[in-house]
Amino acid sequence: MPKVTIDGIQYEFNPGETIIQVAERNGIHIPHYCWHPKLSVSGNCRMCLVEVEKMPKLVIACSTLAMEGMVVHTKSERAIKGREHVMEFLLINHPLDCPICDEAGECMLQEYAYRHGTGYSRFIEEKNQKPKRVKLGPYVMFDAERCISCSRCIRFSKEIAKADQLTFVQRGDRVTIETFPGKQFDNPYSLNVVDICPVGALTNIDFRFKARVWEMSATKSICPGCARGCNIDIWVRNNEILRLTPRLNESVNDYWMCDHGRINCFKFVNAKDRVDGPHLRKDGELIKVKWDEAVNYTISELKKFNPNEIAVIASPFATLEDNFVLLKFAKQVLRTKNIFYNPHIKPGDQDDILIREDKTPNSTGLKLLGIQTSENGLSIETLSEFIKTKVIKCLIVVEDDPIASNSKLKDVLQNLDTVVVFATNQNKTTEYTKILYPAATYAEKNGVFVNFQGIAQRLRPAISTIEMERTLDGMALSRLDKFGTEFDKWARPVKYDAMSTWKILSQIARGFGFKFDYMTSEDVFIEIGNNYRAFSGLNYESLGDKGYKLNLTKVIEEKILV
Amino acid sequence: MAVKKRKKDLHFFERIYLVEIIKGLLLTLKHLFKPKFTLQYPEEKIEQAPSYRGRPVLVMDNGKERCVACGLCSRVCPALAIQVQASETEDEKERYPVLFEINMLRCIFCGFCEEVCPEEAIVMSKDYELVFTRYDDAIFGKDKLLVPVEKLKDRLEFVRTQMRK
Ligand code: SF4
Ligand code: SF4
Ligand code: SF4
Ligand code: SF4
Repeated sequence: MPKVTIDGIQYEFNPGETIIQVAERNGIHIPHYCWHPKLSVSGNCRMCLVEVEKMPKLVIACSTLAMEGMVVHTKSERAIKGREHVMEFLLINHPLDCPICDEAGECMLQEYAYRHGTGYSRFIEEKNQKPKRVKLGPYVMFDAERCISCSRCIRFSKEIAKADQLTFVQRGDRVTIETFPGKQFDNPYSLNVVDICPVGALTNIDFRFKARVWEMSATKSICPGCARGCNIDIWVRNNEILRLTPRLNESVNDYWMCDHGRINCFKFVNAKDRVDGPHLRKDGELIKVKWDEAVNYTISELKKFNPNEIAVIASPFATLEDNFVLLKFAKQVLRTKNIFYNPHIKPGDQDDILIREDKTPNSTGLKLLGIQTSENGLSIETLSEFIKTKVIKCLIVVEDDPIASNSKLKDVLQNLDTVVVFATNQNKTTEYTKILYPAATYAEKNGVFVNFQGIAQRLRPAISTIEMERTLDGMALSRLDKFGTEFDKWARPVKYDAMSTWKILSQIARGFGFKFDYMTSEDVFIEIGNNYRAFSGLNYESLGDKGYKLNLTKVIEEKILV
Repeated sequence: MAVKKRKKDLHFFERIYLVEIIKGLLLTLKHLFKPKFTLQYPEEKIEQAPSYRGRPVLVMDNGKERCVACGLCSRVCPALAIQVQASETEDEKERYPVLFEINMLRCIFCGFCEEVCPEEAIVMSKDYELVFTRYDDAIFGKDKLLVPVEKLKDRLEFVRTQMRK
């Protein structure tokens, strides 16, 4: 393999690699704005200037191919001076907006001005003025003064989102970004440009001014918006989710996530319609009751039915652990085989980028557990028939809204003797239920989703319910979480009385006299490993931050051991 | 253990006490006839110098706060006394604080908030009278924090000259 020398050390490289690629791969950071590992090279920010021996001028590391015997200096006096000059040019027309700029705190211009700038300005002329609040599309706001014309947003739209909607107009210091005439910047991936914009020129309208970045904690998790399971960070302040951002995972979502996930997949967690505490229907009204009362009542109700009179709807929105315990509960406690799930497929709503037509994060997980969309002829379509003919008298619904999927169910529900619902938020089905349990959302629990590629990925709790405590449960802490007291208004979080479904089910099973003695969701996961070959030998640590690719060929048609 | 002898012991006249107490009484007598400087607080109050650091207040310019809700004061505050919640405004400054609260029980009157503020929007006032009977009363919102710029002229002048802002 050919070798290139960077800062005195020799590195091997594959022909065709640029200097910056070799350097990044070996942990040498060459400052850059316009270069992005997943975008084409445009070479217009000039920040990555390095000195190459025998070349008369400084060259840009992002577009200069590494060559055998090349000697590169990234920290020589000439290279440093060169970068200082580039910084000076970039800052000439850059406004002093940091106090009102959402990017502040995670801004590459701030970062490099500090690391590679001269620390003072020689520019005494008037800065040029440009439009500051341009709505490029439904979610993205553009501030022309802050733009450093790196063209990342343009290249992203063209190359990754496959939607050529943005372009430069004008030249010199008048250059700015616009959408093509008559076009909106409205592709389904538009918000990724907010992440890759090295400055605060592009901001997320949904998040604008909600919080400073240093006030929040970030928790590694998985987006529940579709079967892709994009890796995300959940940003939380005072127990409230304020934004989601994508987290790099090259085998799943790269650096990206879709706008639907980013905008719609967290608001329900802090919504007003959250189910708070267990409820029982008394005189037609759902009344909040104590956990013990709800559990005892559930047990006495469930004992009334023969096993085959009960139907259980599992949930592709819930974790693997929730569904495993549900399956075990159905088979061992209720002794019923009537367990199936309600698929959420939006035909055609799929592309070659990220979005999948299966709008649930864990249907592969259910299939691996042996839970299908229909069982014994029972499915979401046929269920109403079974209820009408009184074959099914009791329905247990976990984290789903079957009435919303099949409105026929609404008319036959009065034929049922008992409905038990585990729900995060109130929905059409909770309106009819007799027993309602508050399920924790994906952001409040540990657990595993298996995406459509068969990659098992971990959720971590980002916000806490009543039964959790941030410090004790090892959750991510912001400075405010660490030091807040009950006397500080900024540390009086809204917490819901909710629990992971597997925990509630275990409690009910114990009431029946069964030994469902899991302490943590990892205990459940390890038991899944003991029962299913696809998961054998796995624990949470082996899933890591980027998930674990399961060997799916082994599992097809495997008999369920529960 | 042997008792250590004091380096400089009282001499004879000091030990007999009588001379010293007469000296003391004479001093009191002398001040009885000098001009008084005791103030009858709370009826009378001291006019503090511009360098005095009383409770921090927000500068109100043209009926609106200057603050842009950047959160820097909140970040720098060593006592975590300040909470700022930003929101968008149609004004040129784009950003303003919908909520700005200082917990006067946390504040240690260090003046860091004033020093860090990029907008000269928060300054230390001359107000030192802070009495509360409940924790929540000690949390001052915008209603108590906003002070017209005219009343803060000398402090703003002081900040500019002394801190060379
Ligand atoms: S883009 Fe960066 S440097 Fe420019 S105003 Fe925003 S935070 Fe400051
Ligand atoms: S808006 Fe941001 S990403 Fe786009 S060219 Fe300007 S600085 Fe680069
Ligand atoms: S004076 Fe000091 S302690 Fe008081 S609010 Fe300002 S920064 Fe915080
Ligand atoms: S530092 Fe100044 S402008 Fe920023 S939030 Fe505090 S008072 Fe407002």
